Amino acid sequence: MTYSVRSATVRFGHTVALDDVTVEVPAGSVVAVVGGDGAGKSTLLRALAGEVSLDRGTVEAPPRQHLGYLPASSGSWAALTVTQNIDFVAGIYGLAGDELAARRAELLDRASLTHAAGRLAARLSGGMRRKLGFVMAIVHRPDLLILDEPTTGIDPVSRIDLWRLVSEAAASGAAVLMSTTYLDEAERAAHLVVLDRGRVLVQGSYDQVRAGFAGVVTQASRPARAEWSWRRGRVLHEYWPGAAPSGPPAGTTAVAPDLEDIVIALSLARRNAVRS
Amino acid sequence: MKAMVIKEFRELVRDRRTLGMLIVMPLLLLVIFGYAANFYVSTVKTAVVGPQAAQTAKMLPSFFDVTVTEPAGTQADAETLLRDNKVDVAFVTGKTPVPALVNGSNLFAAQSAVAALNKVGNAVKTQVLYNPDLKTSWVMVPAIIGLILTFIGTIITSIGMVREREAGTLEQLAVMPIKPSRVILGKIAPYFLVASVDMIIVTVLGILLFSVPFNGNPFAFALGAAIFLFVVLGLGVFISTISQTAGQAIQTAFFFLLPQILLSGMIFPLEAMAAGVRWIGYLLPLTYFTMISQGIMLRGAPITALWLPFVVLTAMAVVVFTGATLRFRRDLAPAGPARPAPARPAATGTVSTA
Repeated sequence: MTYSVRSATVRFGHTVALDDVTVEVPAGSVVAVVGGDGAGKSTLLRALAGEVSLDRGTVEAPPRQHLGYLPASSGSWAALTVTQNIDFVAGIYGLAGDELAARRAELLDRASLTHAAGRLAARLSGGMRRKLGFVMAIVHRPDLLILDEPTTGIDPVSRIDLWRLVSEAAASGAAVLMSTTYLDEAERAAHLVVLDRGRVLVQGSYDQVRAGFAGVVTQASRPARAEWSWRRGRVLHEYWPGAAPSGPPAGTTAVAPDLEDIVIALSLARRNAVRS
Repeated sequence: MKAMVIKEFRELVRDRRTLGMLIVMPLLLLVIFGYAANFYVSTVKTAVVGPQAAQTAKMLPSFFDVTVTEPAGTQADAETLLRDNKVDVAFVTGKTPVPALVNGSNLFAAQSAVAALNKVGNAVKTQVLYNPDLKTSWVMVPAIIGLILTFIGTIITSIGMVREREAGTLEQLAVMPIKPSRVILGKIAPYFLVASVDMIIVTVLGILLFSVPFNGNPFAFALGAAIFLFVVLGLGVFISTISQTAGQAIQTAFFFLLPQILLSGMIFPLEAMAAGVRWIGYLLPLTYFTMISQGIMLRGAPITALWLPFVVLTAMAVVVFTGATLRFRRDLAPAGPARPAPARPAATGTVSTA
């Protein structure tokens, strides 16, 4: 089963949040949506979750009974304990009794939250709260799991825990669509969607995105064109859209672009094209 | 310091609600207090019954606004007119001295009437019904019950609803397989119960501490309170749909609460207010609940005598609750109804939303 958003256009007043976006999310795989602030990541996820009306296009998603959603906010009720949060959501999906107890214990164990089961959600660390939100999103074994920046603002160890949980959900057959601002994280997904100002810049597997990248990225201490350069650590990278892969411009050193370089280069290419 | 002042002004200008409160509220308070803050009742509605009803009615000073003249009427008829709040004073002619019955549940009208009757001398025998000692607490307690219900219904409920929005959990609820109407009912049911318990406690305490009588049917009282609660809970839900934060909800609830305190007849008598302000009082739910609570508790009025406030409150409950629910539904289900997509088996059919 593949869920999708096709030719989706969403406008908020005069702002075009999504512009003719098509994304497919096959069952059993993780699709990562990356892009800067205001790229349209959350709008895309919310459109698939049925929270945002499309001005144009279609959404194919399972009924709400089979949908799991972790919003960008905490996703849990602060005045309820971890157990009460899970029980509340599970109750809405019709889980009760021994089935719920077994599922709750299993998920708390997998999320390393068993020791905090009786703690108020308000007293959890940021990472624990996101894990609780994730547990609440998958408690009913959804067919489609939508995660809005599940790892933003949490420590590296919790990020690893969350990614393990995401991978397990996909391995058990769920279609997972997640947004992230961490590009190293996005590289792990089966399929990448790079958004910029509501449009898809590129999408495909990591290898496909790299293979399809045209132009050259160079490294120098001082860029030739400021509008085509960005800082990576102590050096500056610069994008040459028209340059042949074998021939970097004189005085520069070509580098193998990683996903971060590719996303920034494509975003700059689009913005500079719009300006000109 | 200059930067701080500029920043504060910029924030203030963008916070339209606070700005409105700062500018509109003083003006409103001035106008409302100016026209509504009046304890002086210029006329009282009067009935004259008995064989000399017509002659007596002609002899009464203009302060007694005779609205009912019944030569065939008896003292029982006069008491019914008072109980049903049709008049404030009733003269029963045919006896000497003439009994003048005063409706003590309309405190300010009764005080004015008693003062006017005392000037008449021995020709009239004044008898105050329903609040013989004209105690303020007797008329205030039934109204305060309504005020407490209003407070819980609007402020507490709207904060509880807005908290979901602030925490982002409303977004979570929006994608869950639960109908918006059930979300609303599930959210307000605890407040309904708490408000009901509060109402019972305040009523019992009012009776015990202030010796306020409860002369009417408790079930009719409970029915009136339940309908009124639906109105104020609906207002609370409505306020939550137009507020993004708890602070905004409190501000907005205050806009709804203040007129209820000042213009519902709870403090200042409605009949003493200028007509330009009085009509606002007749738009407020607390006005009608006070009519019901004072009528049942003090005068022992049956539900048939209170049909008007019951009908008005029921209409308000339907309008406010429906409006609030529709607005809340819009917040919860912005994408509208989903429809099945052909690609998915019927049992777990996919939905396609255009």
